[in-house]
Amino acid sequence: MQALSNTVTNYLVLASILFAIGVMGVLVRRNIIIIFMSIELMLNAVNLLLVAFSVFHNDASSQVFVFFIMAVAAAEITVGLAILVMIYRNTGSVDINALNKLKW
Amino acid sequence: MLQLAWLIPVLPLIGFLIIGLANKKLNKTLVGIVGCGSIFLSFLIVLSLLINVLNGSIKSETLTYFNWISAGSLDIKLSFLIDPLSVTMMTIITGVGFLIHLYSAGYMSHDEGYARYFAYLNLFVFSMLILVMGSNFLVLFAGWEGVGLCSYLLIGFWFKNNDYNNAAKKAFIMNRIGDLGFLLGMLLIIVTFGSLEYSVVFEKARSFFTPGVAEPVMIAITLLLFLGATGKSAQIPLYTWLPDAMAGPTPVSALIHAATMVTAGIYMIVRSNVLFSLAPFTLDVIQIIGLTTALFAATIGLVQNDIKKVLAYSTVSQLGYMFFALGLGAYSTAIFHVATHAFFKALLFLGAGSVIHAMSGEQDIRNMGGLYKKLPITFITFIIGTLAIAGIPPFAGFFSKDEILAHAYEHSPVLWALGVVGALMTTFYMFRLVFLTFFGSFRGTEHQKSHLHESPLIMTVPLIVLAVLSVVGGFVGVPEVLGGSNFLKSFLSPVIAPINEQAGHLSHSTELILMGISVGAVLLVIAITARIYVSNKTVPAPEGSELSTPHKVLYNKYYIDEIYRTLIVKPLYWLGDIFYKVFEIKIIDNFVNAWGKGVDRGSAGLRFLQNGSISFYMIAMVIGIILILFFNTIIKF
Repeated sequence: MQALSNTVTNYLVLASILFAIGVMGVLVRRNIIIIFMSIELMLNAVNLLLVAFSVFHNDASSQVFVFFIMAVAAAEITVGLAILVMIYRNTGSVDINALNKLKW
Repeated sequence: MLQLAWLIPVLPLIGFLIIGLANKKLNKTLVGIVGCGSIFLSFLIVLSLLINVLNGSIKSETLTYFNWISAGSLDIKLSFLIDPLSVTMMTIITGVGFLIHLYSAGYMSHDEGYARYFAYLNLFVFSMLILVMGSNFLVLFAGWEGVGLCSYLLIGFWFKNNDYNNAAKKAFIMNRIGDLGFLLGMLLIIVTFGSLEYSVVFEKARSFFTPGVAEPVMIAITLLLFLGATGKSAQIPLYTWLPDAMAGPTPVSALIHAATMVTAGIYMIVRSNVLFSLAPFTLDVIQIIGLTTALFAATIGLVQNDIKKVLAYSTVSQLGYMFFALGLGAYSTAIFHVATHAFFKALLFLGAGSVIHAMSGEQDIRNMGGLYKKLPITFITFIIGTLAIAGIPPFAGFFSKDEILAHAYEHSPVLWALGVVGALMTTFYMFRLVFLTFFGSFRGTEHQKSHLHESPLIMTVPLIVLAVLSVVGGFVGVPEVLGGSNFLKSFLSPVIAPINEQAGHLSHSTELILMGISVGAVLLVIAITARIYVSNKTVPAPEGSELSTPHKVLYNKYYIDEIYRTLIVKPLYWLGDIFYKVFEIKIIDNFVNAWGKGVDRGSAGLRFLQNGSISFYMIAMVIGIILILFFNTIIKF
């Protein structure tokens, strides 16, 4: 048990690092594709955490949950990429700061 | 028949609903049939009840329909009381009401608001029946408010005229003051007796309090109830609305402001005579106010030139007599006068309506004269009504007025003398009205002269019926001295508590002498009036001419309206102005506006946060989430 909880701690740390990288990526990068990748990174950090706890608690339901998240993420990315293509066609760039017309 | 009693008020209500909801789709004939028919059917049921009460098969029945309000130990039911008093009132209301409906069908036939008029009139009869049939104070109050509403609607019936609207508002507000008193009286009854049901309240009052011992709470209850009565029945100090209420159509004045609604206050006091008899102080107040009103209004009536205004002040004066009788403890006499007054005053108003109809809307008696040739039926019936109100035997008014005066004499000859003075003034202004209207030569315009005509049959038949009633109506209360048995008094005796029986009784010779004096004086006054207005052909001075000071004061109604305006209305306006300028503008407006401005200013700065940069939004979001998590943690531990 002790050994297993150690491994969970490792997974926790890893997931946190991955999540933090994702957050930073979203915040500091201006390329929309990179931002998308960072969002995926955050999602998968959470997935990782879910799977780790699933093993730790000996409960399969959170693994089912992860499958759902992956399916939804795939759908979401499809829509997101479609929007991205439209942005590129309209503005000629994938820079997020090109989309600053909606203000005060 | 008792199982049909609920139909008595419901039929007029159905009439109101039919006419009120379908008024554009019904033609005038149909409206008239529904309007008059519903009242007539009610009248038939009332008659059958009356027969049952007269032959003794119904003594006093309470018909309970459902529980209206129950809160704690207080239970208020919707229930009707059928006893001699309520049946007497119901007979007057539906009987006279039906005649006036019939008359209205002719009088209002040219009016575009014909259907609306009948809807209101039916609603009025419904409310009035609820008022007299209720077996507790709350049902009475519901009807009381209902008739007030109908009175308002009908005074302001011709709502395009602003003066009429003001008259309607005045009536409503004056009544509201009285109603507040009535409401407080009711609450005090609940607090004292724990019920509003007549039977319970009176039973408890009899056992709680001994007669002759002044109980502050009884005095408070009765004074508050009496305040309600002064509003509804136009007594000093709340009488000024009634003369203005003449703005309504004339049949309305006859029905509401002479025969029925204004007698509601008297009915209410007679109904709760047990309470009033336990508060002799209140009876004294009623006596003084009644007599003062009777004399006061009569003096104003002496010099008025508007045919309806004279009748209006006469009504106030006669109501004063009724209250005078109540104050003397002569409850059945007051109801007797209510009944005879309903006949002859409705007759006089309808006669005046017939005159106004013939004169194409003219109401000033200075422009009339010599109408007896053109309006023979109106003339004869009007004379009968005048003789009745003047108290010439054997017309109805003689018996009721004489009974009041006899009771006054029992108390004090001074009261009797004042009562006779009032009666003489009544005689003077009524005969002045008759002589100026029907005698002499015509003083109106040529156009009016060519248009003069007797009213159609539908208007003259009610006049004739009421005239007959004004002649024979007094025979229900012929006093013993004239060989009668005062039937009405014994009929009403179950309702009126035995403690109210007058101890001292006049000897027959005294009573006959008093009658002789008052009748003789009345005849003398008629002769004087005839000399002034027929032989000498005096016509009241035209508008704007110089009048002697007393005449001017009377003509301007003692400036009471102006005094009320200065003492009450103006200060209230002034107070309202202060509230408007200080509280409304300075405090409330400023407070609300400050909030509006604060939000406006704040958002003017804050909107720069919305700068369009998605990165900035995301940073804000992340910082927000971190702060939420952070504070969550702090609060948790």
